[in-house]
Amino acid sequence: MKNGLFINYEFCTGCHSCEVACKKEHKLPKGQFGMHVLKDGPRLDVNGKWEYTYIPYPSHLCDLCAERVSEGRLPTCVHHCQAGVMEYGPIDELAKLLDEQPKSVLFAV
Amino acid sequence: MPVYNQEIYRKEKHWKEGEFDVYRNMQWTGPGCHEGCGCLFYVKDGKLDHIEGDPNDEFSRGRLCMRCLNMVDEAVNNPTRLGHPLKRAGERGENKWEQISWDEAYDMIEEHVRKAWETQGPEAIVALEGTGRNVVWQVPLLEYSAFKSPNYGCGFLSGDSCYLPRCSASVGVLGGPSVVDCGQYDARRYDSPEYEYPEVILQWGCNAIMTNADGFLGHWIIDCMRQGGTKLITVDPRITWMAAHSEYHIQVRPGTDAAVAMAMLHVMIEEDLVDHEFIDKWCFGYEDLVEAMKDATPEWAAEIAGVTAEEIVGAARMYATAKPAAFHWGLSTDMTPNGVGQAHAFMVMQAITGNVDVPGGNYLATGPFGVDALYGCGYDYFIDDELKKKRIGVEKYPLHKFGAAACLVGDELLLQIEAGEPYEIQVMYLAGTNPIVNMAAEAPRVYKAMMKVPFIVVADLWMTPTCTAMADLVLPIAMSCERDSYREWWTPSRAITKITQYEECKSDEEIIVDLSLRLNPDGVPWHDVESLLNWVLEKDNAPMNWTQLKDQMYAYDFKGYRRYETGKLRPDGQPGFNTMTGKLELRSTLLEAMGYHDLPFFEEPPESPVTRPDLFEEYPLVLTTGKRHWEFFHSEHRNMPTMREFRDQPEVEIHPADAEKLGIEDGDWVWIENQRGRCREVARVTPIIKEGVVCADHGWSFPEKEAAVPVLQGVFDVNINNLTTQGVVGETGYGAPYRCLLCKIYKCTPENSQVTPSDLVFGTKA
Ligand code: SF4
Ligand code: SF4
Ligand code: SF4
Repeated sequence: MKNGLFINYEFCTGCHSCEVACKKEHKLPKGQFGMHVLKDGPRLDVNGKWEYTYIPYPSHLCDLCAERVSEGRLPTCVHHCQAGVMEYGPIDELAKLLDEQPKSVLFAV
Repeated sequence: MPVYNQEIYRKEKHWKEGEFDVYRNMQWTGPGCHEGCGCLFYVKDGKLDHIEGDPNDEFSRGRLCMRCLNMVDEAVNNPTRLGHPLKRAGERGENKWEQISWDEAYDMIEEHVRKAWETQGPEAIVALEGTGRNVVWQVPLLEYSAFKSPNYGCGFLSGDSCYLPRCSASVGVLGGPSVVDCGQYDARRYDSPEYEYPEVILQWGCNAIMTNADGFLGHWIIDCMRQGGTKLITVDPRITWMAAHSEYHIQVRPGTDAAVAMAMLHVMIEEDLVDHEFIDKWCFGYEDLVEAMKDATPEWAAEIAGVTAEEIVGAARMYATAKPAAFHWGLSTDMTPNGVGQAHAFMVMQAITGNVDVPGGNYLATGPFGVDALYGCGYDYFIDDELKKKRIGVEKYPLHKFGAAACLVGDELLLQIEAGEPYEIQVMYLAGTNPIVNMAAEAPRVYKAMMKVPFIVVADLWMTPTCTAMADLVLPIAMSCERDSYREWWTPSRAITKITQYEECKSDEEIIVDLSLRLNPDGVPWHDVESLLNWVLEKDNAPMNWTQLKDQMYAYDFKGYRRYETGKLRPDGQPGFNTMTGKLELRSTLLEAMGYHDLPFFEEPPESPVTRPDLFEEYPLVLTTGKRHWEFFHSEHRNMPTMREFRDQPEVEIHPADAEKLGIEDGDWVWIENQRGRCREVARVTPIIKEGVVCADHGWSFPEKEAAVPVLQGVFDVNINNLTTQGVVGETGYGAPYRCLLCKIYKCTPENSQVTPSDLVFGTKA
């Protein structure tokens, strides 16, 4: 089974920790991202509620932190996420989390 | 929540991992912020190689924010940091320096200190610090123990408008500050059998996840939401991420918060949503409170604040009926002359709903083991009663004598320097503060005043614009992993230990030891840093000293909940609160004794659409400032490329409707102006901000620009403190209107940019 990243984006605060952790781990120069956090809002939806949502997504540069993982560590984005919304593991295991946590995504990298 | 590999992340203090020595330690600025997150420092050949968050640290549990993640190459190992003492070689502002030894630097300080002692007295020596970072107890202790002066304060922050208004009010009402309980006082955190998640967290004037202020890690609120189903209520003029995720978001006009809080109290009282048992048994002055809130109807407050009465009623009901409910209040409380009245309303709300010192409510925060290592450390030990009377401004504003800190009154210090009366300030020692970039209101005026002080020492990490502009001597300071230190804000009790050394940098603790042994050798009970740190704990009879704490790193001192029942809040061991009446004082006898408002009250800001319609005609936007971003801690981090990659320029948020009226587009450089001055920032046209209000960034300078005067890293051109005021403070001397002024905004053009604010400060254009 391949490994992937699970992200409960409902509670992603857009804090950039995952992006900077990834940049530092992979020594990525300015403008380059392994994890990149995209933003929607704040905008009013048709029900008069504010949509203000972040989605962190792993770019082509993401190697699931192969080196760290081989040492027994978590990917650095998962380790440092301030909201603890990311998980790393086999995709079938992570898929179960989708059932428990609405507004989540699963990335097979 | 991620599960960490316990074989790799060990609980001891130090281990070897391949070519690395790994040290567990906590980070307490600089660089960084107020907090003390647990870090693992990976060191190779004596040099810091990389860091990770420490999963075994109960405070932060493995996470780190972008600033600490960026710390290694862009801060600790950044070759542009200060590494040697520097003596001014040219005129002030020319940025010409001569490298000298520490001994020579100390000789200079000693000469000026002794001269001040002989010609005026120790009171002519002033030591100032910035916010509560790892200088918070060191600067006062240096001032008292080495310079023998009572005049320690904050770096020209008008009205001490950060934390001290809140804390001082809390001394009279609750017997001390109250903080949202996310289990942080107990090492078991959320797993403690006694702990309960708050059903509701009401967050007022604060974006906790970004600010991490005052020993409270904002993402703990996210923990509560995810693990405990906590719901949010937010009061904020901005639609923050947290506001958008709240059940109620009350978007107040800045400076009117107290009216809304009083209306919420009114609703709770009228609808009888209060905890009578708690009130009857433990509170003082409920009848007076009922009377005082009688006319504070939701309709009255809604009109003032520009919100609806329905949302005030809804939020009041939701908070009052949640069990438990917690109340998180931020800096904006302090940044209005009405700050104490507002803080009073907030504390009363926590009290009458029975949420004080209960699990998941607001915990009364006291330093672990009763150790005082905050603003004013060593005051009673070193300063006698005669000298205490010479603390600048306390006779005029007596709450400062009883408040939470021993600071002088900064607004009065400014007047004294300007007038040279009643005596000249001869020596000024600044540490961890960069006033003309960050917190000095009316920055150009403060700059001119400071230039009159004959001898200025700045101790810092970087050559800041404050160093360049006015320092005669610059001392290079060790960063967090380079120092032995101690922290108790708020919990746990923490020993920080030295891991690496950078050039000739010294810690503030080393400087206290060196200077006190030169200037007051018979008066200090220490002889090196370790004995100094031990004294800090031993002076308050802590059960362990620093040497003992250092190996275990952390010690928790959780004394349980509802300590008003168990006698653990009062020094005499009696049940009740540590106040004048022994009760929780809904009506404050301390404030009454000083002739101040003794109940929550509302006053319009001194410059508002209501109080100054004349000004409002010319300056039709409400101006607020001082909010934080992920990337920066106040004036810090502008010299770090990764932080600038995420945020490159100072921005002012303006609502699309206002921008349209003014012909301003997103990304335009605009002048923000009022009767005191102007500065320019980039317009961010966004519905985040309430219509009619603009929110301008603070703390900017451009380290990539020329350091010398008249450029001075461009600081005066973008300084929002060109528009703020000094000396317009609340009745207690606490609280100033940093966040509730008026301004106008217009696009920058070549014609209207010919004479810049820098030109006016430095007189470079007629
Ligand atoms: S798993 Fe590693 S490489 Fe992939 S986004 Fe996260 S930090 Fe970057
Ligand atoms: S670290 Fe976590 S909370 Fe922060 S932006 Fe990334 S996913 Fe979101
Ligand atoms: S909040 Fe951020 S900057 Fe502050 S100590 Fe924690 S990780 Fe460091």
